[in-house]
Amino acid sequence: MSDYQKWIPVPTPETQHFWDGCREGRLLLQRCGDTGRAYFPPRPFSPYTGSRNVSVFEASGRGALYSYVINHRPAKGFEAPYAIAIVQLPEGVRMMTNIVECEQTPEALELDMPLEVCFEKIDDDISLPLWRPAGG
Amino acid sequence: MTYKPGSVAIVGAAETTELGKLPDISQLQLHADAALNAMADCGLRPADIDGIATAREVPTELAHYLGIVPKWVDGTSVGGCSFMIHVRHACAAIEAGLCNTVLITHGESGRSQIGRPVQGVGPSTQEGQFQMPYGPLGPPTMFTIPVLRYLKTYGVGIEKVANVGVVQRKWAGFHPRASFRDPITIDDVLNSRMIAWPFRLLMCCLVTDGGGALILTKADRASSFPTKPVYIQGIGESVETSLISQMEDFTSSRAFRVAGRTAFENAGITHKDVDHLMIYDAFAHLPIYGLEDLGFCGRGEAGDFMWDGNTAPGATGSNALPLNTNGGGLSYMHSGMYGMYALQESVRQMRGTSPAQVEGAELSVCHGVGGMFAASGTVVMSSQPA
Repeated sequence: MSDYQKWIPVPTPETQHFWDGCREGRLLLQRCGDTGRAYFPPRPFSPYTGSRNVSVFEASGRGALYSYVINHRPAKGFEAPYAIAIVQLPEGVRMMTNIVECEQTPEALELDMPLEVCFEKIDDDISLPLWRPAGG
Repeated sequence: MTYKPGSVAIVGAAETTELGKLPDISQLQLHADAALNAMADCGLRPADIDGIATAREVPTELAHYLGIVPKWVDGTSVGGCSFMIHVRHACAAIEAGLCNTVLITHGESGRSQIGRPVQGVGPSTQEGQFQMPYGPLGPPTMFTIPVLRYLKTYGVGIEKVANVGVVQRKWAGFHPRASFRDPITIDDVLNSRMIAWPFRLLMCCLVTDGGGALILTKADRASSFPTKPVYIQGIGESVETSLISQMEDFTSSRAFRVAGRTAFENAGITHKDVDHLMIYDAFAHLPIYGLEDLGFCGRGEAGDFMWDGNTAPGATGSNALPLNTNGGGLSYMHSGMYGMYALQESVRQMRGTSPAQVEGAELSVCHGVGGMFAASGTVVMSSQPA
């Protein structure tokens, strides 16, 4: 999609599996083998213990709207106003995202509303994880 | 071993000759202008300085530009609180005998963008992969993200955040050098232009050009300078994450808590001892988070504490706590790395020379943030020798 005006992420060796998962429509997280706790962003060791004993697993794809702002200034590729949001996953991690298939208003964007992950294909390598109201 | 309270003093302090919109001066020269003013303040020349610290600009460039031959160098650059952290590192270096006289400089052409080093985020950095694709547009859209969660957690209304700018504007009115001095109301703030909901223009810092510099030396040398020494009583620092999405608690800054507690314990003070407080306010929620994370207020209570007038000019009683008495980044000036201006106001208060002087103030706490809740530095200053 050559008309894509937004920022396109470039994976590193440590994050490649995450972006490979997104391309296949799977949201991959990692888990610390010592504590069992999930973590994000990707890295080949546990931020809790420093152990390299970690594994990759597929997240449930469920989440809840944790916090956000609605940007009103013009930004390349975006139609303002648009929300820049944080989603809380039941697995225990948070990530930044945009909320799609939803009006970008304080009334429509209610904190703690249930969300589900979806993916926007940007090019052959990158699909971006986005979140939308659950059960839509 | 910890830093011995009162063993290092600030003997020179100055801001740039002018603050505001300064298209005729480069960022490097803003550093130098502030440095020369601070040296003139305490009667020193570049040859008298043997330690140098600065942020964003590399200290190498500054040392050579100023003609300084340092034996000690610190280029810690973790955002606007870097200068608080430089104070801590300088105290350790002076106490250890690594150098005698340290110059800390800040200069920033934040508004006019003259002679600014190139800044940017790479697409393969963590921020480039996990935040930038979602369209954040600088600090107004990122530093503010945790606030809705704070407001919901504690049942606080946005008017309590708006009030921060109203109170600070009252302080700015005392300062001839403040950018904005006319009083404003809660309605003015809540009707100002929407930037990133729930943040409106008057909840965001201004963007100006300027600089500042400090000169520190051993306290037992301080009496040989023409200025009234300001003693460093305690200092703390910490960092958390450069990704706002990954901060541990959206209602509280871990870096604030660690830096603040470290500084208070180092100084051996309690909250009741504090006569004057500066909390770096890039946005109006910062003083609220700061008052709570430093322990001056309980969780969710800082908005009410300010609403009741306790931090405003003329506050009396046991709760009175003059806060951001220069007007802060919301009204005084904000070049991008504001921490130096908070330090300058603490020094003025301890010297007894602030245009908004707090009568009889002997102890000042100056608390800084770096990045977006990414880093923190806290400096406790006293007008009295240990």
